[in-house]
Amino acid sequence: MPVNIGTIRIQEADFSIDEEYQRLRVAHPAQNGAICTFSGLVREFGDNEGVTGLFLEHYSGMTEHSLQLIIDQAAARWKLNDVTVIHRVGQLNLSDQIVFVGVSSAHRADAFAACEFIMDYLKTDAPFWKKECHDQGDEWVEAKESDRNRTKKWS
Amino acid sequence: MKILFFASLREQLNTEEEQWEELNGALTAGDILSQLQTRGEPWSSSLNADRLLVSVNQEISNLKTKITIDDELAFFPPVTGG
Repeated sequence: MPVNIGTIRIQEADFSIDEEYQRLRVAHPAQNGAICTFSGLVREFGDNEGVTGLFLEHYSGMTEHSLQLIIDQAAARWKLNDVTVIHRVGQLNLSDQIVFVGVSSAHRADAFAACEFIMDYLKTDAPFWKKECHDQGDEWVEAKESDRNRTKKWS
Repeated sequence: MKILFFASLREQLNTEEEQWEELNGALTAGDILSQLQTRGEPWSSSLNADRLLVSVNQEISNLKTKITIDDELAFFPPVTGG
């Protein structure tokens, strides 16, 4: 049986990309040839202009379970050494970090592809919900057809 | 049975969670949804959304999924994380 790889953290606190990168780097010192990282940030335009922040809600328990399934799928598809997924919840401000995906592998092609795959599936399958805060009030973000299409292209 | 609601649905229903001691004849997640919809507003219209998602025991399911009194159901809108 393959061993499940991956570290999943759902947290209100910020994270350090450098610390997460170093953790991936030293975990498999002789096997890593490539580490690919992605981070997603709060920006001032989304469904609305003039966004001042985001509120993020999640389904505790199911979130971790669904992220592990996504990592397992990636590990079955590409040769990966390790994966870290961090997603923040609660109140976030402009330019705050929301999400981190880091993938280590022997080869860059596997690391690039797995990082994008995990992020695409996270957007459509993991139970997180964003609410945009702006001057006129707060509004829940609508799910996007473009995100669903990005996930579909992997199947 | 525990039933959870999230995000816009949680706000529209003003309900995060409820506990059912009996299923009142419900066999599937869809039967539970039908019973919730008979409560009148805001339940009937909020739970009538085109793209309402349902999970049973924290796995994405559908309205035909069989349920038991020990299950955890959740209803929520399409996800928007990342």
